[in-house]
Amino acid sequence: MNGGGMLSRLAESLYWIGRYVERADDTARIVDAYVHRVVEDPFNDDNATCRSLFAILGIEVGEEEEGPLTISSVLDRLVFDAQNPSSIAGALAAAHENARRAREAISSEMWVCLNATRNDLPRRQSLAGTIGPATYLQFVRERAALFNGLADATISRDDGWQFLVLGRSLERIDMTARLLEGRLVAAEHSPDWLTLLRASGAMESFLRASSGLAQPAEIASFLLLDRLFPRSAYHALSVADGCLDRLTPGTTRTGITDHAKRTIGAARNRLEFADPDRLVEELPDVLDFLERACAVANDEVTTRYFRQVAPVLWEAEVQP
Amino acid sequence: MEHLFVDAPSTGAWDEVFAAPGVVRPLYRDVVDVLQRFDVTELRSRFDQLARTFTDRGVTFALGGEERPFPLDLIPRLISAVEWEALAAGIRQRVRALEAFLDDVYREGRVFDDGVVPRALITTSPHYRREAFGITAHHAARITVSGIDVIRDEAGAFRVLEDNVRIPSGVSYVIENRRAMTQSFAGLFADHRVHPVDEYPARLLAALRRSAPEGVTDPTVVVLTPGVHNAAYFEHVLLARMMGVELVEGRDLTTVSNKVMMRTTQGERPVHVIYRRVDDEWLDPLQFRPDSVLGCAGLVNAARAKTVTIANAIGNGVADDKLVYTYVPDLIRYYLSEAPLLDNVETHRLEDPEVLAEVRAHLEDYVVKPVDGSGGKGIVIGPQADQATLAELDAAICADPRGFIAQRPVALSTLPTYVGSKIAPRHVDLRPFAVNDGQDVWVLSGGLTRVALPEGALVVNSSQGGGSKDTWVLVDEGEPAPLPKPETSIDRTITPQVGPDVARQRGPHVNAGADQ
Repeated sequence: MNGGGMLSRLAESLYWIGRYVERADDTARIVDAYVHRVVEDPFNDDNATCRSLFAILGIEVGEEEEGPLTISSVLDRLVFDAQNPSSIAGALAAAHENARRAREAISSEMWVCLNATRNDLPRRQSLAGTIGPATYLQFVRERAALFNGLADATISRDDGWQFLVLGRSLERIDMTARLLEGRLVAAEHSPDWLTLLRASGAMESFLRASSGLAQPAEIASFLLLDRLFPRSAYHALSVADGCLDRLTPGTTRTGITDHAKRTIGAARNRLEFADPDRLVEELPDVLDFLERACAVANDEVTTRYFRQVAPVLWEAEVQP
Repeated sequence: MEHLFVDAPSTGAWDEVFAAPGVVRPLYRDVVDVLQRFDVTELRSRFDQLARTFTDRGVTFALGGEERPFPLDLIPRLISAVEWEALAAGIRQRVRALEAFLDDVYREGRVFDDGVVPRALITTSPHYRREAFGITAHHAARITVSGIDVIRDEAGAFRVLEDNVRIPSGVSYVIENRRAMTQSFAGLFADHRVHPVDEYPARLLAALRRSAPEGVTDPTVVVLTPGVHNAAYFEHVLLARMMGVELVEGRDLTTVSNKVMMRTTQGERPVHVIYRRVDDEWLDPLQFRPDSVLGCAGLVNAARAKTVTIANAIGNGVADDKLVYTYVPDLIRYYLSEAPLLDNVETHRLEDPEVLAEVRAHLEDYVVKPVDGSGGKGIVIGPQADQATLAELDAAICADPRGFIAQRPVALSTLPTYVGSKIAPRHVDLRPFAVNDGQDVWVLSGGLTRVALPEGALVVNSSQGGGSKDTWVLVDEGEPAPLPKPETSIDRTITPQVGPDVARQRGPHVNAGADQ
C-alpha cells in the first residue's frame, strides 16, 4: 500500500465498477453471438437457445413463461431491463451509480464516459427497436472498451487501479465459466462451440492460434487455459492474482495470509497444470472449481478490504 | 405501399418476384409483405444503415484508385431448396468436367487426340502455360475454388454465362452481405429459414490442407495477395483472417532449394500450401514476367518438386477462355459421360468464316465478348451500342476472330432493387462458389447476386457500376440439420450472478436511498 491504502468505501466502488462494466461488455458479446446464431442458423431451436442463454446467466425462467421464448424476451430481460443488474442496461446503471459515489477516485474522463453512456442508452434502445439489437450491442462493447482505455491511460496504478482491475478480472473468469457451463447444462440446445468463441470475442485469436479445424477440446482449452489470450480464464486469474499481490505485498515465511489470494492462486495453478487432453472430461469439475473460486474470492475481498470492522474500544468520557 | 414498387417496362426479361404486375410469386410473399410495411423514410434509413456497416467494416473495392463501398441492396434474392439443388448439381458437374479437362491438357492431351477440341484452341490461348505442363500435386484439385457465373434466361431457366476457374473473387461479399443483413434485417430472417454461408472459410481451409504435399501432416497454409492496392485486397484479408492463416505478399516468401519459405522474426518457416490471389503471369519472375515483384522466384519449380501446392493451379486460364466455354457441354459428355445439366447461352465461334460473316452482318443483334476478358471489360452489347462502337468492333473481330465470341443477347432476369426513393426492377446474375478438395465439389449455398444498378443495364460487374444482393437459399421443409449434436446434457444449475451485498446496508449498491 502506498502509505495508508484508500477508503474502503471507494475501493468497493471501484471493484464493482470494474465488475459491472465487464459484465455489460461480456453480456453484450454473448447476446450478440446468440442472436447471430438464432438469426442465421435455420436449424436452430430458438426457444431452447433462449432458455440456455437465461441459464448461463443464472436467471430462472418462471413457470408462467412455459411458452416458447423468443429473442425479444431475451433482449427485454438481458439487455434493456435497467432494474436487473444482470442485464446490460442494469449493469451499466450500477456501474454509473458506483462511479457517482467514487467520482474523486476515478478520472473525470472515466466518469464522463460512464455518464454519457447511461444518458445515451434510451436513444440507443429506441434505435434498436427499429433496426435491431446489433448496433446497441456494438455501442455497449465500444463504451466498455473506451472506459477501460481511459482507465488505462488516465489513472495512477495505485490501490484504486488494483481494485478496478481485480473486479474486471473476477467478472471475466465468472463469465467465461458460465459460458462453458451453458454448454454442459443444455448441450443439445446450446449453440455450437464456434458460437462460444464468438461470445468470448475469441474467434479470430483462436483461429490464428490453432492450425486446423475447431475441435471442442481445443476450444475449451483455449477459453480456459490459453496463456496469451486476455479473456481466457487462466489469463484473467493471473491478472487477478497480480492485483492481490500488489494490494498486500510481502510474503510470510509460510503460507498465504490473504484468503482471496490463496483461492485465486490455487485456481490459477490448477488451470496452469491442467492436462489439455483431459480437459473436456474434467470440464464439470473444473468449472465448479472456478465458479467456487470466484465466489470465495469475492467474499474474501469484501471481508478483508471493504468490511473490516475494528472493535470499538470504549473509553471513559473526557471531562472538560 | 404498393407505389414503392415500380413496374418494369416490358423487356421480355424474367421477373423473379412478380409473375405478373401485382402478382407476387409464392416464394417472395413474405419478403414483399415485410417491404410493403415500410415507407420511403424507413427504407432510406435502412439502406443508409447497410451502407454505413460496409463503410465501417471496410467492405470496399477499389475503382479507379478510389476505395468505394460495394453497394448492397436491401432486398434479398431467394432461391428455393429444390431449384438450388438442381443448380448446384449443374455447377458440380461443370467443375468436375473442367477439372478433368485441365488435368488432360497439362498431361496426356487425350481430348485433342480424340478430336473433341482442336489442339490449336489451347495453343492459341493466351492463358495456356507451357511452364505448368506435367505439374501435378498430391491429392490436389486444379480448380480448388471456382465461380461459375449463371443467369436466368427469359423463360426463367438458369444458364451458364461464363466460367471463372483462375482466381474468382466475390465470396467475401457473400459473407459480409449476410452479416450486414442479419444485423439490419433480423426480423426478415425470422420468417425464413436460410442456409448459412459462414462455413465457407472452414471448407476452403479443409480443402487447402487436404491438398498439401505428400507426407506433410500439419501443413502451413498461406494466402498470397498482390498487396494492399489490389481491388480484392479486402477479400484476401477476410479469408486469411477467417481461416486463421497468414496473409503473405511476394516479398515475404523466398525459395530455398526448391522449398518455399516465409520470412518470420524466428527465421524462415516452410510453407506447404499457397492459396494465391496473384495472376499466373506475376507469380514467378523466373518463369513468367521477369519484372514482377508480386510473386516469388522459384515458385513454379517448387511446385514441380512437389514441396508446395499452389491453388488454384497455374494455367487454369485455358479452361475459362470464352472460346473453350463453347466446348464445355462437349467436355461434360466426353469426360463424364453425362448429359449437361446446365445449358450455355447460345454462342457463336467467329473462326468459322461463314459464322463471322453472319455476325458481322448483324452486329447490332449480338453481344460480343473478348475471350480472355474479365470484369466486363471490352464487352459490346449490340442492341445498346452506337454506330461508332460497332464499327470499331467490326474491325477488331476481323483482325482477330480467335479473340472474340458472339452471343445471343439474353435479357437477364430482374429483381426489384432499391434505387433512389423507389423500388424498381434491375437485371441480376449469380455467381455460386464451389470448393473442390480433390475428392468432392462442395457448392456454397448462396453465392453472389450482382445487380446492374443503371436502368436497363446488363453488365453487372462492380467495376461497371454494379451492386449486390444477399442471396438466400431456403431450407427445405423437413430438411434435417446437417450436424447431429451428440452431446447430452447433465443435471446442473448455474448460480445467479453476484452483486454487492445489499443486505448489509453499507456498501455502494444500485438502489441507494433517494437523494435529498
